Amino acid sequence: MDLNARIPAGPIQDKWDKHRFELKLINPANKRKYKLIVVGTGLGGGAAAATLAELGYDVDCFCFQDSPRRAHSIAAQGGINAAKNYQNDGDSVYRLFYDTVKGGDYRAREANVHRLAQISTAIIDQCVAQGVPFAREYGGQLDNRSFGGAQVSRTFYARGQTGQQLLLGAYSALERMIGAGRVKMHARTEMLELVVIDGHARGIVTRDLVTGEIRSWAADAVILATGGYGNVFYLSTNAKGSNVTATYRAYRKGAGFANPCFTQIHPTCIPVSGEYQSKLTLMSESLRNDGRVWVPKSAADIGKKASEIPEADRDYYLERKYPSFGNLAPRDIASRAAKEAVDSGRGVSGAGSAAVYLDFADAIKRVGQAGIADRYGNLFEMYERITGENPYEVPMRIYPAVHYTMGGLWVDYNLMSTIPGLHVLGEANFSDHGANRLGASALMQGLADGYFIIPYTIGHYLANAKQPKVTVDHPAFKQAEADAQGQIKRLLAVNGSKSPDYFHRELGVKLIWEHCGMARNEAGLKKALKLIPELRERFWREVKVTGSGAELNQNLEKAGRVADFLEFGELLCLDALERRESCGGHFREEFQTPDGEAKRDDENFAHAAVWEFKGDGKAPVRHQEQLTFENVKLATRNYA
Amino acid sequence: MSDETMKITLNVWRQRAAGAPGSFQTYTLDDVSPHMSFLEMLDVLNERLLAKGEDPVAFDHDCREGICGACSLVIDGQPHGPRRGTTTCQLHMRSYRSGDTITIEPWRAAAFPVLKDLMVDRGAFDRVIASGGYISVHTGGAPDANALPIGKKSADEAFDYAACIGCGACVAACPNASAMLFVGAKVAHLAKLPQGTVEARSRVLNMVQAMDTEGFGACTNHGECSAVCPKEIPLKAIMTLNREFIRATVSAEE
Repeated sequence: MDLNARIPAGPIQDKWDKHRFELKLINPANKRKYKLIVVGTGLGGGAAAATLAELGYDVDCFCFQDSPRRAHSIAAQGGINAAKNYQNDGDSVYRLFYDTVKGGDYRAREANVHRLAQISTAIIDQCVAQGVPFAREYGGQLDNRSFGGAQVSRTFYARGQTGQQLLLGAYSALERMIGAGRVKMHARTEMLELVVIDGHARGIVTRDLVTGEIRSWAADAVILATGGYGNVFYLSTNAKGSNVTATYRAYRKGAGFANPCFTQIHPTCIPVSGEYQSKLTLMSESLRNDGRVWVPKSAADIGKKASEIPEADRDYYLERKYPSFGNLAPRDIASRAAKEAVDSGRGVSGAGSAAVYLDFADAIKRVGQAGIADRYGNLFEMYERITGENPYEVPMRIYPAVHYTMGGLWVDYNLMSTIPGLHVLGEANFSDHGANRLGASALMQGLADGYFIIPYTIGHYLANAKQPKVTVDHPAFKQAEADAQGQIKRLLAVNGSKSPDYFHRELGVKLIWEHCGMARNEAGLKKALKLIPELRERFWREVKVTGSGAELNQNLEKAGRVADFLEFGELLCLDALERRESCGGHFREEFQTPDGEAKRDDENFAHAAVWEFKGDGKAPVRHQEQLTFENVKLATRNYA
Repeated sequence: MSDETMKITLNVWRQRAAGAPGSFQTYTLDDVSPHMSFLEMLDVLNERLLAKGEDPVAFDHDCREGICGACSLVIDGQPHGPRRGTTTCQLHMRSYRSGDTITIEPWRAAAFPVLKDLMVDRGAFDRVIASGGYISVHTGGAPDANALPIGKKSADEAFDYAACIGCGACVAACPNASAMLFVGAKVAHLAKLPQGTVEARSRVLNMVQAMDTEGFGACTNHGECSAVCPKEIPLKAIMTLNREFIRATVSAEE
């Protein structure tokens, strides 16, 4: 497996400029001769499809939702980072770069992260030009707030709906190109297979979710922007439809899958309320600007009302353990601290599972209820709707939940996977966040990849690849169509008695969350690796899918996605087992400091682990891309 | 709050496919938790149907946190149900009492044809946006974001209109199946910002034409749209749309 990252030579601050000059170009009149496929319409895919069409490429764009505007980027709440230094508080491109590499616990590629920080400022300019209504100060300038893992205010936001506003910006750009006839949009269409011809990605096979039609699409290059795989845990903050199928199918066709065990557990989510729970809801990290996290000092107090517990009997554990970052400690650290507090028997109860408090009483005293409503009004309303409790009066009860996945398909500096022609953007790739992503950096990465990186690098690939045109009559397409049809027939033929959701819950809640969640150990992972294949076998014996493949059939869609999660979950646990260190979101209980912090092993694990598929029933092979740190010195993260 | 389970009877619109005849089917659930969301209650129903080998009820949903705009049920005659400013996915069963009967239908509008059961095709909204709901700016070369100050009031107002999630409840609630609130929200969002003024004229003319072509009705001031809007887009959006449209119609060609 070729894992040459193709990082340009030279000083880090010059790499991207130099590279852009060296990348080959496609003459404007020739661009329309190239057909590009973009799968996914979130910030990465939507921005890419719009921008590539503006440049003149012939774009076919796909999403499984009923409209490109519904991609899950829309649910991002808090904000987007950019090194604008509008606050004059010491920010710079280099500081954003440094914070991100450190926040990722030194498992990200320096050159990619620096480029991301450089591009961040242009993203804000672009979004404002599109009419994104960011929060502003009375003088008309853009407002900022702070996010975890940073000591500057560099986060731009649009109330608690920043993802929505940025996505609607990208969506409007995309719709403009659709209206102009330069993007052909295929909504309610799900990618089921990647087609590789002569070693190059040349198209996809899709299922029309309304008619059930299986169809091939040929192209000169394929771009996947299909998001993360957090739903392997069943319960996560991801949308119900978010799935691993597109990236996992690409992995089966030869794309290396990097660091699947790097998953992010977000510290502030609404706790599980019952067996029927279908998803978890995030409460934005921005709340930690003003909310204080605590549990009772004594387990004897957990049944009391918060108001009955005096100040002296409360443990503001983040402020105690990490005084300089306090409640804004990075996500992995804040999540583990919450787990530790609950595991010590001090989790507060209420409707649903044990939790910790996120308390706004002090902030309400300081800036008034109206001030808090202005900053977080919609989040407070959402909390009230879900829990039936009013957070202006009683503290929120929160607990960590799966939120984001740093791992993804391996890409080089040009965002190309190990399959030439297959490019991967946003959460679907692995490149920028290492073992832990900082808050407000996902939106930044999705838009950087879509607006400002792929439009440059795709031309370079096309100019060099010089592949002959192919049509969907090529045998590789016929084979992929037959494979997709075969999978559907197999699912329908089982005719068992249990729903796809049943197996998804068994996999996610009972195996993956239990053994590969916030804390992992060798025995647990080995157990999961034994039980997952057994569950998979049961799935193929006992799953029940009604209806047919030739109609709108949500149960069939779900079954196909669960079938892929049942395979992917094994890869996730295997990666977690083989990474015998703790770093960022990957916490192996065997590797921790005496005070319970993650203990990295830079000598043996300062690399990205990249998995190669070897066939059904065969063990995948683990490769390594060694990471070199020439600018940020490897050090133990210290947020105290 | 009570943790006791409730007995709920559901009258659900079942329709095999687009154009096929549909009818209401009655189902009973005996053990609904008040903490469940409305859609989780439907998940439970679907699990039961599946266990009996029956086809589950098809409905659109995705984020289940009130922002993607996918969910779309008319519940007892009201789009998104009884709670003001709340999408169906954010509605919880604590809004109901044991013994209640709930009727669930899809959006009903000529421009939103039913695909199956409770799912409709809202592609018309995308086509209306594609006709002009954007600022024509290419990626790259935008001036510094702070180069053009925008007053906090204008930015906040623009946001209020931009908060539209494109769910289509406004159309479903309107006796004329008008899309004026949806179109007005986009026109008003961009009209409040200096960046949006350059194309204001062509935008409103094109979007109104697209809206008519898609088969949405006219506005006759019922105000139902704004009353059911889960994001509480104000009726003022329609006033702004009318004003912008009149201004565009009477002003000379650019």
